[in-house]
Amino acid sequence: MLSKKQLFTRGMLDISPHMLSVIPFGIICGAIGVELGFHPYLVYAMSFIIFGGASQIVFLQLLAGGASSLVAVASVGIINSRHLLYGAVLSEYLEKLSFIKKLLISYVVVDQGFAESNKFFKKNRNEEFLHYHLIGTGCTMWVCWQIATLSGIVLGSFVPEELGLKFAIPLTFIAIVVQDLKKLDHVIVMITCGLSSLLFFDAPFKSYIIISPVIALFVAALLLRLKK
Amino acid sequence: MTLASIIFAGILTYFTRMTMIALISRDMLGDKIKAVLEYVPSAVFPAIIFPGIFINDFGTFIEMNDPKIFGALVAVIVGYFSKNIIATISAGLVSYWFLIFIVFN
Repeated sequence: MLSKKQLFTRGMLDISPHMLSVIPFGIICGAIGVELGFHPYLVYAMSFIIFGGASQIVFLQLLAGGASSLVAVASVGIINSRHLLYGAVLSEYLEKLSFIKKLLISYVVVDQGFAESNKFFKKNRNEEFLHYHLIGTGCTMWVCWQIATLSGIVLGSFVPEELGLKFAIPLTFIAIVVQDLKKLDHVIVMITCGLSSLLFFDAPFKSYIIISPVIALFVAALLLRLKK
Repeated sequence: MTLASIIFAGILTYFTRMTMIALISRDMLGDKIKAVLEYVPSAVFPAIIFPGIFINDFGTFIEMNDPKIFGALVAVIVGYFSKNIIATISAGLVSYWFLIFIVFN
């Protein structure tokens, strides 16, 4: 049995390599917000209140482009709706927690944290304090995101644009799924999702980000049926 | 005005995180659904990866000889064999930079 502290530290360690892409992206997000003409406090408030990477940029870009707040809010909701899927997966491991703890832990569920904690959970089902791993990944992400976006807001885009560091985001997610390329069923599901995301990229409210996973999960269900 | 929208967007985002964890009990999901949920990482992350590679800042498709495609391929190969996140990200970025700063410069 690992102690709470050990699990928390393990979570921190498991997510920390992703900071290589998260920190530059956070700096870019903060800097873009100020460049678009929004008050620095508002740009920072988003990191605290929404705490959702790309959705923060989309929100500000839509408002700056003259979209109504309703459209901007709806887009953030749709982009972040993928968390519903993460929650459905994580709920199995968080079942025993009290309602209050579930409410608190939910705030720090992020893409990379979900990915790394889910990998850890699958291998260590029987640990008693599993959720501390998720708190470790989530809190690390939270702290880095706040610092990164704040530095972008205060210092401006001191990361040279020519470096194209936004490209680090797809790379970080490649690192997450690359080992599943060994399994044919997963490869089919990934390709379905990827092609659908390109096909539906222009769908309103950035909804490709949830439409393509839904299509891919239908394909996964079909594959499961075929396997039997 | 903007702050109010940020708060609404934040509440909405929080609900997407909290709903399935706090309001749905695991027993409400059948075994079939649980089996499908095993595929969630493979079904979600390519929707972030593919547009990040194949679509540029202006929302249009990139050329087939774009350095990002090469960088992504290098990242896939390095990631597959190294099983190391930092190696994967660095390999992708360095090969991308190699093309944009040295080869295509």
